[in-house]
Amino acid sequence: MKDSRILEKLHCYHCGNDCEEEFAGPDEKVFCCNGCREVYSILSQSGLSNYYTFNKHPGATKDKLNPRFDYLKEPDIAKDLIDYADDKFTIVTFYIPAIHCSSCIWLLEHLNKLDPAIHYSRVDFLRKQVNIRFDNNITNLHSVVALLDSIGYEPLISLQDVIKKQTVGSKDNLVKKIAVAGFCFGNVMLLSFPEYLGISHYEQSFRYFFGLLNLAFCVPIVAYCGTDYFRSAWANLKNRILNIDFPLALGIAVLFLRTAFEILSHNGSGFADTCCGLVFFLLIGKFVQRKTYYHLSFERDYRSFFPVAVQVTDENGAERSVSLADIKVGQRILIRNNEIIPADAILLKGDARIDFSFVTGESVPINKVLGEVIYAGGRQTGEAIELEVVKPVSQSYLTRLWNNEAFTLTQQNRTKTFSETISKYFTIVLLAVAFGSLFFWLPTDFHRALSAFTAVLIIACPCALALSTPFTMSAALSILDKNLFYLKNTAVVEQLAHIDTIVFDKTGTITVAGADRIILHGDITAYQKQLIYSVCANSGHPLSRLICQYWEGTQRLGTSSYFETPGKGITATIDNHLVDVGSRLFIKGGFQSKSNTDTTEVHLRIDQQYIGFFSIKQQYRDGLEIINSLGKTYNIYLLSGDHGHEREALSGMFNPDLMFFEKSPQDKLDFIKNQQERGRKVMMIGDGLNDAGALKQSDLGIAITDNVNNFSPGSDAILDGRALSRLPQFFKFSKDTLRVVYGSFCISLSYNVVGLSYAVSGKLSPLIAAILMPLSTVTIISFTSIATHLAAKRRKLR
Amino acid sequence: MSIIYFLIGCSVLLALIFLGAFFWAQRHGQHDDLYTPSVRILLDDEPIEEEKK
Repeated sequence: MKDSRILEKLHCYHCGNDCEEEFAGPDEKVFCCNGCREVYSILSQSGLSNYYTFNKHPGATKDKLNPRFDYLKEPDIAKDLIDYADDKFTIVTFYIPAIHCSSCIWLLEHLNKLDPAIHYSRVDFLRKQVNIRFDNNITNLHSVVALLDSIGYEPLISLQDVIKKQTVGSKDNLVKKIAVAGFCFGNVMLLSFPEYLGISHYEQSFRYFFGLLNLAFCVPIVAYCGTDYFRSAWANLKNRILNIDFPLALGIAVLFLRTAFEILSHNGSGFADTCCGLVFFLLIGKFVQRKTYYHLSFERDYRSFFPVAVQVTDENGAERSVSLADIKVGQRILIRNNEIIPADAILLKGDARIDFSFVTGESVPINKVLGEVIYAGGRQTGEAIELEVVKPVSQSYLTRLWNNEAFTLTQQNRTKTFSETISKYFTIVLLAVAFGSLFFWLPTDFHRALSAFTAVLIIACPCALALSTPFTMSAALSILDKNLFYLKNTAVVEQLAHIDTIVFDKTGTITVAGADRIILHGDITAYQKQLIYSVCANSGHPLSRLICQYWEGTQRLGTSSYFETPGKGITATIDNHLVDVGSRLFIKGGFQSKSNTDTTEVHLRIDQQYIGFFSIKQQYRDGLEIINSLGKTYNIYLLSGDHGHEREALSGMFNPDLMFFEKSPQDKLDFIKNQQERGRKVMMIGDGLNDAGALKQSDLGIAITDNVNNFSPGSDAILDGRALSRLPQFFKFSKDTLRVVYGSFCISLSYNVVGLSYAVSGKLSPLIAAILMPLSTVTIISFTSIATHLAAKRRKLR
Repeated sequence: MSIIYFLIGCSVLLALIFLGAFFWAQRHGQHDDLYTPSVRILLDDEPIEEEKK
C-alpha cells in the first residue's frame, strides 16, 4: 500500500492541491502548506473532522499569509459592519468568498463548537454569506473574524459593502404582486367557467353573482398589481415617449372599464379573466427578466478594492486603525507587505516596491525612492513602508476617475432595444386601427362603435410582445451563465449583438499577470549569477526586473561602469568583468530570428564570452486564437497601460497599427468615447481598476476575471477567463437570440391580426379573448425558450 | 342551489388564508434563501465515520 502511494501524486488532505513540498500532519495526513495543516489540526481538535467526510478536499488553500484584522478592534469601524447589537448580543453578516460546498455550510453552522460564545450561525449559500450572532460580553468582532480566518474562511470586508448595506431595503413588491395576481386570476378563471359552459335560464341569478365577484377580483389587479404600468406609461407620455407600457396600460384600463360596465349594466359577462390573465403573465415576464446573481456584483468601484481601514501612526509612534473616510492630509500611514496604498502619499521610510498592475496595467513592480509621491491603488511588495498622505482618498489620482461624467450620467448612449423601437410604431398602428373602427361604425351604430373600439384595444394589447423579449433574453442569460459568462441584465444580450468594435486591455486580459515563465539555458556558476544579477538590479527594464525576481536573494556586487542602450541591452563593468546582457542582436549580431514570437530572449555574455540566455515566455490566456478570427468581422484594438515592450510578441494577434501603449485610465476612457463619436458600438474587455472608466464608457463593458468572487471592476458583464475562447460563439449566439425575438414578434403579430379581424367588427366574445390571450402567451413562451436552446446547441454552447 | 353561494364564500376564504400565509412567509424571510435549506437537510448532526475501503 505504501509503495503505490508514492507513485500517485500527493494531494493536500485539506484543499486538494498538489503537494510540492510535503507537510506531514497528524494522523498520517498530507498537506500542501502549513496553513492547511493548521486548519486541519484546529478542526480535528474541536471534533469537527466530519468536515472532511462530506466532501473530498473541501478546504480552500491557506498558503497565504494571515491578513490583519486589527482595525476591527476600533469601535467606530466595527459599528459599520454590525447589523445589530445590544448589551448582550451582536448580529453580523459576513461575505465569505470561500463558501463552495456542503462541508462549508456544515462547518460554518457549527462555529459554536469552536467558540461557545457564538450562539447562532446560518449560511446563505448562494449569496456566500454567513449570519452570526455572538455574545459580545465574551467575545468580539475581531476574534470572530480571526476565528473564521483561522479555519480558512476569511470574510471579505470592504468599504463598498459597508456602504451597500445601508442602501439595501428598497425592494419593490413584485413577488407579492404576482401572488395577488395569481390569486385573483385563479379565482376569476374558476368563476368564469360557468359562463364558458353556458348557464341555464333558471340560474341567471348566479351569472350576476359571478360577474360581481369577478369584478371584485379585478379591482386589486388594476389598483395594486398593474399600477406600475399606469405609472410608467404616464411618465413616458409626459416625456413624449411611446413605449410598450402605454398600450399595455391602455389595454388594462379598457378591459377593466368595459368589464365593469357590462357587469353592472347586466349587459354581458365582461373580460375579467382576460384582464387578470394579462396582468399575471406580464408580471411573470417582469420576474423572469430580473435575474440576479447573488454572488456577483456588477457595481464595484475602487471602494471594494481598497481596505476598510489603514494603520496610522501619530507623533509618539503609536499605531491605530483609522477608517479610510477619516484619513486626513498629513497623516502618516503604515503599509505592510501586500497591502494597498489607499491615498496619494509621499514615501517617508522603507524600501517601496509597488505593484501597480491593477491600476496602470504595468505588470512589473516599480521601485520608489524616499520623498517620491506614490499614487493610490498600488500594492506594496516587500517590507513595511511609511507614507505621508498628501491627498484625501476621494481626491486621489485613481479615484478621481470616478468623478468623470461617464460615472455620473445614466447610460443614454446605449442602443435602443428592439422592443423599445418597435413598440412606438406598434402603438401608433394600434391607435389608428382602434380609432378607424370607432369612426367606421359611429355613423351607423354608436353602441357597436364603442364595442369595436374597446375590443381592438383589448385584443391588440401587446402581451405576447411584452413577454417575448424577457423570456428569450432570460433563456439566453441562463445559457451564457452555464458557459461562465455572467451578464448584468437581459438588455446586455441585445447590446452584445450590436457590437462592431472590440477593445482589449493587455495586462490581466490578454496576459495573465505575474505568471511569466522564465527559463535559463546554459550553465552558469554562482559567481556569474552574482554578476548578472548585479547588472540587472541597476536596470528598470521589465526583463531585468524579471531576472532579478528569478534570482531573488542573490548578493549584489558594486558596479563600476554601467551603460544601457534602450531596446538593445546593458553593458556594465563589475568586479573587473565586462558583462553584456541584451537581445540576440546586441550580443551575437546578425538578425533576430522571428520564428517564435511568444518568447523573448535575453542573452548573456561575460568578458566577451557567450555563456547562455534566458527565454522568457509571456503567459498568455488560453484561447487567444479567437482574436484573429474575430478580426475579420470586428474592429479590434489593444489598449495597454504598459510600455510597448511586448509590441512584437502581440503583433501576431493584433494589427500593429491598432495597438496603443502607455495609456492612462483617462486615455482609455477618451479612446472609447472617440470611437463612439465615430458611430461605433464599442465593447471593452478589461480586468483592472485602470479599465474601470473605459468599461463604464463603452457600450458594453466586460470584466474578465479568473475567479468570479475576486474583485472585478464595475461592468455590464463578467467573463470567466476560461470562457474567453468562446467569445465568437457568444457573439453569434446573441445575434441568434435577437432573431428569436423577431420571430416571436411575428408570431404575436399574427395572433393580433386574427384577433383584430373579430374585434373591428365589434363582435368580440369574451370567450375568444379569453382563449386567444393565454394561447398566444403560451406559444410565445414555448417558442422563445425552445428556439433559444436550439440556437445555443447550434453554436455549441453548453 | 343556493349552497353555491356558501361554497364559493368558503373557497374564496380558504384562498385568502393561503394568500395571507404566503405574505406572512414572505415577510419573515422564508423565501430569501431558497437553496441552502435543501443542502442543510442532508447534513446529519453527527455523521458516522465512513469505513475506509
